[in-house]
Amino acid sequence: MGTSEPRTGNFPLLAEGREAREAARRGNRPLTPTERVIAAVEAYTPEEAAERTLANAMLADTRPGVREPLLINLGPNHPSTHGVLRLIVELDGEVVKEVTPVIGYLHTGIEKQCENKTWWQGITLVTRMDYLAPFANIKAYTMAVERLLEMEVPPRAEWIRVLLAEMNRVASHLVWLGTAGLELGAMSVFFYCYRERDELLDLFEMVSGERMNHRYFQVGGCAQDLPPGFVERVRTFATELPKRIDDYEALLTGNPIWKDRMVGVGVLPAEDLVALGVTGPTLRAAGVPHDLRKIAPYSGYEHFQFEVPTATEGDCFARYLVRVREMRESLRIIQQVLDGLPEGPTIADDRKVVLPPREELAHSMEALIHHFKLVSEGFEVPAGEAYVPIESPRGEMGCYIVSNGGPKPHRVHMRDPSFVNLQATAPLCRGTYLADLIAIVATLDPVMGGVDR
Amino acid sequence: MSDVSVQIEAASPGAVVAESEHVGEHTVEVRPDRIVAACRALRDGPSQYLLLSDVTCADFPDEPGRFRMAYHLTSLATGTRVRLRTWAGAADPELPSVTSVWPGANWLEREVYDQFGVRFTGHPDLCRILNPLDWDGHPLRRDYPIGGEDVQFTDAV
Repeated sequence: MGTSEPRTGNFPLLAEGREAREAARRGNRPLTPTERVIAAVEAYTPEEAAERTLANAMLADTRPGVREPLLINLGPNHPSTHGVLRLIVELDGEVVKEVTPVIGYLHTGIEKQCENKTWWQGITLVTRMDYLAPFANIKAYTMAVERLLEMEVPPRAEWIRVLLAEMNRVASHLVWLGTAGLELGAMSVFFYCYRERDELLDLFEMVSGERMNHRYFQVGGCAQDLPPGFVERVRTFATELPKRIDDYEALLTGNPIWKDRMVGVGVLPAEDLVALGVTGPTLRAAGVPHDLRKIAPYSGYEHFQFEVPTATEGDCFARYLVRVREMRESLRIIQQVLDGLPEGPTIADDRKVVLPPREELAHSMEALIHHFKLVSEGFEVPAGEAYVPIESPRGEMGCYIVSNGGPKPHRVHMRDPSFVNLQATAPLCRGTYLADLIAIVATLDPVMGGVDR
Repeated sequence: MSDVSVQIEAASPGAVVAESEHVGEHTVEVRPDRIVAACRALRDGPSQYLLLSDVTCADFPDEPGRFRMAYHLTSLATGTRVRLRTWAGAADPELPSVTSVWPGANWLEREVYDQFGVRFTGHPDLCRILNPLDWDGHPLRRDYPIGGEDVQFTDAV
């Protein structure tokens, strides 16, 4: 079947098939399952796929399993895969027999780069990983460094961190809701959610100067205090948003098309999800109330009143309901932070780690020396290792650092929830329809910047 | 000895090499060939470390074992955590895979294989995951060159 003319040129997916065979040849071993699929999908041009589909359609016997399965390549660039995720799907008719996710298209070697930067420069890098949850990335990283330094963070700084982390959770879930709507054909939800998210990005810009990739959390606290007018604007937003969420729910929760696409789709038993390492809303929607803010509170989360939304069905619709309720709970936390925000410094007073205040540089020689040493050499972190997990919008975001006592990390590793959660794609999709695969990947909410790092 | 070490020793006598507590984190070092037994004992033990949070590695070129693995286990019931540590060996780094205990270790171990070159025996799908499949070398090793290497992907231009 197919054209006999050898295909050459720079079609990148062909190169990947060659790479798979080359890797197996070098290792003197057979192809692994993933490599075999990557090499096999190369055999398909769009023309060949059409030819095969036609041959299948000509078969008189249409019972499932009679037709030859079809390998379809979805991605790496596909409007419904949340970024550069490549899925190789083995189809029998419209039923998914197997899915092989192929990742790495956004791999930028951030963990390696961190080893060659000072500890404080690493903040700039890690914030770029999960680009929808930059505050969660830096929070895990700075908390890990603070743990090795055995450093106390002032209460006001902790509260501001909680505030921004929860605002970030709302922003991330809004993007999730908007894009999931877009992928399932509910286009107006996308516009509404991005309207709200833009207000949040404006607020982030107000506090950190950047709409994405914030470098606002520092080792020891926050870069500066909240700007004037910020608290009032957040309060307006936090009072307004629940009504808007009511609107989205009015559009979606009872919507028969939305429910048809989601109810009963993509279910795995909770114990299978745990065995796969899945955390976050996906696990909570299957009935496991595992939320690090409750079970192992950090940054003073034990002082706030909030519920951990769970559901029992474990399908796409339950994941939708859990995320929507999580937005409401985050808004509750935001209100409590605004009401009780303590006064005081926003960064620890440790001149060996924290930059001196800007105004001191003009008249204090000592401050100038500290500033110069910190910026040129960086600070030293005592030898040891630390793993700090926090609850990011997608689950357990862990930062593992190893220090050898120097001003640069020996190793920085981020346990990104998207990376681990994405492993559940294949077991969730087996036996469903191709259209359900889009709904399942959408409700897993992988962010490829975090998956590939 | 802590509860964790007692449970590991009960399942596999002689498995625990060392134990330490630092900045509030508990680390148990086990013999490389006993890592699967140790993981299984903790998963099925009374504290129920059901969730394998993370598997990762750090390269210490001057140490005899060179590749230091860290397995981060979480108890869903109590939220307590423990880190299992083991060394993969310098010349031919190889460890048994824990995918038989937690299927979720699959990608995490593939990442360690990709970035450090530690091979996991019994792994169902041990190939590269983040780098291209036929990539040369293992980027997160400390002796991997930075700068000055060939420009990759020029064939795709």
